[in-house]
Amino acid sequence: MQQTAKSQPGAAVGFLRRYSLWIAAAVVVLVLPYIFTSGSSISMMSQMGVMVVFALSYNMLLGQGGMLSFGHAVYFGLGGFFTLHAINGVNNGAWSFPLELMPLVGGLGGLAFGIIFGWISTKRAGVTFALISLGIGELVAASAQMFTDFFGGEGGISTNRVTAANEASIFGFNYGPQIDIYYLVVVWAFLATILIYLLTKTPLGRMANAVRDNPERAQFVGYNPRMVRFAQFSLSGFFAGLAGGLFAIMFEILTAENLGAIQSGSVLLMTYIGGIGIFFGPIIGAILITWLQTSLSAFSEAWVLYFGLMFVFMVMYAPFGISGIIMQHYLPYKTGLLKRLLPAYGIAVIPTLILLVGAVSIVEMGYHISTSYLPSRPMDLFWVSVVATNAWSWIIAGAIFVAGVFACRWSYRKVGRAWDDVNETLVERGLA
Amino acid sequence: MSHDALTLTNVHKRFGPAHIIRGVDLNIPEGERHAIIGPNGAGKSTLFNLISGRFDISDGEIRLHGEAINGLPPHLINRKKLSRSFQITNLFQRMTVFENLRCALLWAHGYGYSFWKMVESQKALNEEAEQLLEKIHLQDKRNTMASLLSYADQRALEIGTTIAGGANVILLDEPTAGMSHTETDYAVQLIREVTEDKTLIMVEHDMGVVFDIADRISVLVYGEIIATDVPEKIRGNARVQEAYLGTGEDAA
Ligand SMILES: Nc1ncnc2c1ncn2[C@@H]1O[C@H](COP(=O)(O)OP(=O)(O)OP(=O)(O)O)[C@@H](O)[C@H]1O
Ligand SMILES: [Mg+2]
Repeated sequence: MQQTAKSQPGAAVGFLRRYSLWIAAAVVVLVLPYIFTSGSSISMMSQMGVMVVFALSYNMLLGQGGMLSFGHAVYFGLGGFFTLHAINGVNNGAWSFPLELMPLVGGLGGLAFGIIFGWISTKRAGVTFALISLGIGELVAASAQMFTDFFGGEGGISTNRVTAANEASIFGFNYGPQIDIYYLVVVWAFLATILIYLLTKTPLGRMANAVRDNPERAQFVGYNPRMVRFAQFSLSGFFAGLAGGLFAIMFEILTAENLGAIQSGSVLLMTYIGGIGIFFGPIIGAILITWLQTSLSAFSEAWVLYFGLMFVFMVMYAPFGISGIIMQHYLPYKTGLLKRLLPAYGIAVIPTLILLVGAVSIVEMGYHISTSYLPSRPMDLFWVSVVATNAWSWIIAGAIFVAGVFACRWSYRKVGRAWDDVNETLVERGLA
Repeated sequence: MSHDALTLTNVHKRFGPAHIIRGVDLNIPEGERHAIIGPNGAGKSTLFNLISGRFDISDGEIRLHGEAINGLPPHLINRKKLSRSFQITNLFQRMTVFENLRCALLWAHGYGYSFWKMVESQKALNEEAEQLLEKIHLQDKRNTMASLLSYADQRALEIGTTIAGGANVILLDEPTAGMSHTETDYAVQLIREVTEDKTLIMVEHDMGVVFDIADRISVLVYGEIIATDVPEKIRGNARVQEAYLGTGEDAA
């Protein structure tokens, strides 16, 4: 320990330590395009950035405010359409506005409709809220078919960001190359993440948690739960709209699908799988699910089914999501007890793989038979050529699956015992 | 012109056909410590629910410092400096003890729905939350989630949350229920301290506590107040003895 007064370098070190996670994240996202240089990776990473903002905005409702929405894509999509029209306005010479700031137009659009629809839906919490959000989602999707001037009907609305950027840009880029868009997305996503994080530390953010836990008690400390939900909802609409604006700039086209039920379901899944209880959970979910959507869909036509299965398993066995699983290991890691868990985990890996191989084989063969023009044509399954119409293929796949189930039950019991042991030790040490 | 802190005039409450509060009249002057006693199911908690706006009254009138408050939602009544605790602990379960107390202070400190200030850097707010924490003896549970507290600690936090906002009319519904002797003694001392110069209305089954704290006592039986008086008179009241005190070991 030094006795001398803290000098400049001391303060700098303190700053670095305090914000180390944020700084590390910033460095990583700036460096990523130098590691994954292909156009498709850069475009996937840009999409991840957009979805991170969208999922974080969703968790302002679900995780922080206890509001389960089935219609959050409304604000994302509307924000996107506003942004497209704003860019087209620049291209038409109707006004001038730098392309870099266009996501703000999306944000304000999302905020405006967050205020309008939020006023209606936050009147109630719980199931009523969820149903109203579903209704508003359907209502807006139906309106999108009617107001073709704004939503573009079947073909959607498209734009050209490059001509708009040539017209007005702060940094003088034309945002033609994907990498320009990547950095635009990253800067906005980083800003939005910081802001959403800071919001959790404000009186409104704290009371959103309080109202989530116990709306009644919130009333007896002077707060109107409806107003808390309303403010939280409106702000969440802003960030959803911002994400929609980034999405619009990235793809230069939006259709009514982007504000529909599938997109709303998708953000729910991302957020939930990432984990709603911890701030960074939705970030993990957005990155992972975007990656899966891109890579699984290239691999298998049944990817939506796998996606659904994964969601069901998370809900049943890991309700706190991936971030919940990570946090569960934090204490064992800190106390050096993690090494007692690892052997059991190691043993559980192989049965899990066997189970997955069996399950995937069954799903893939089923898909092959129902979608292929010539079902008897051999297909590739785990580097083996298989004829899906042959009964033996099914028997073998079934046997692998059943073996996997039993092996998993056996090995997961070991994992359970290892956890019992760790928890007991933690209790003995007075840590749990 | 000065008003009583709380005035109930011919207050009724019906749940469907069940007539639970049947014409209650009650005047509680500023600064009084008033206890409400009565057998289980008499309607004591219901009366608190009516005063604090949790339920609407079916008939009658409730005035706080002379101003009619019936029909107002609970948060507006709370902002008029009337605060209540709950018989069944009612906290922000997934937040820490400290967070519970700080949330209970936010409105009183004028933060409203602000989303541009960081709670962490609000010095006066945090200091007061820490003092409150000390007052209710939960310093070592500061960062424990409310749902993980022991029963007695939850009761202490319930009191802390209730007194946090600096209300001048405080309603406590069985604050010491389930506490040990030492805990009860401490709670009584705490209640005295935090209700100094304030109006207190307390439902309590522990007669020791009641006779110790109360300036006056009301006895509620089947939705009606059968007597309101100073403790000595209540002790000697024949109707009360018949209806309530004489029937149980509570009278100890
Ligand atoms: N929301 C409600 N709907 C219907 N009946 C109710 C409701 N709340 C209370 N009651 C009934 O009103 C009566 C009085 O209940 P209350 O909780 O006020 O009694 P209490 O005097 O507080 O009793 P205790 O000493 O057990 O706490 C009970 O018969 C109860 O069943
Ligand atoms: Mg009661």
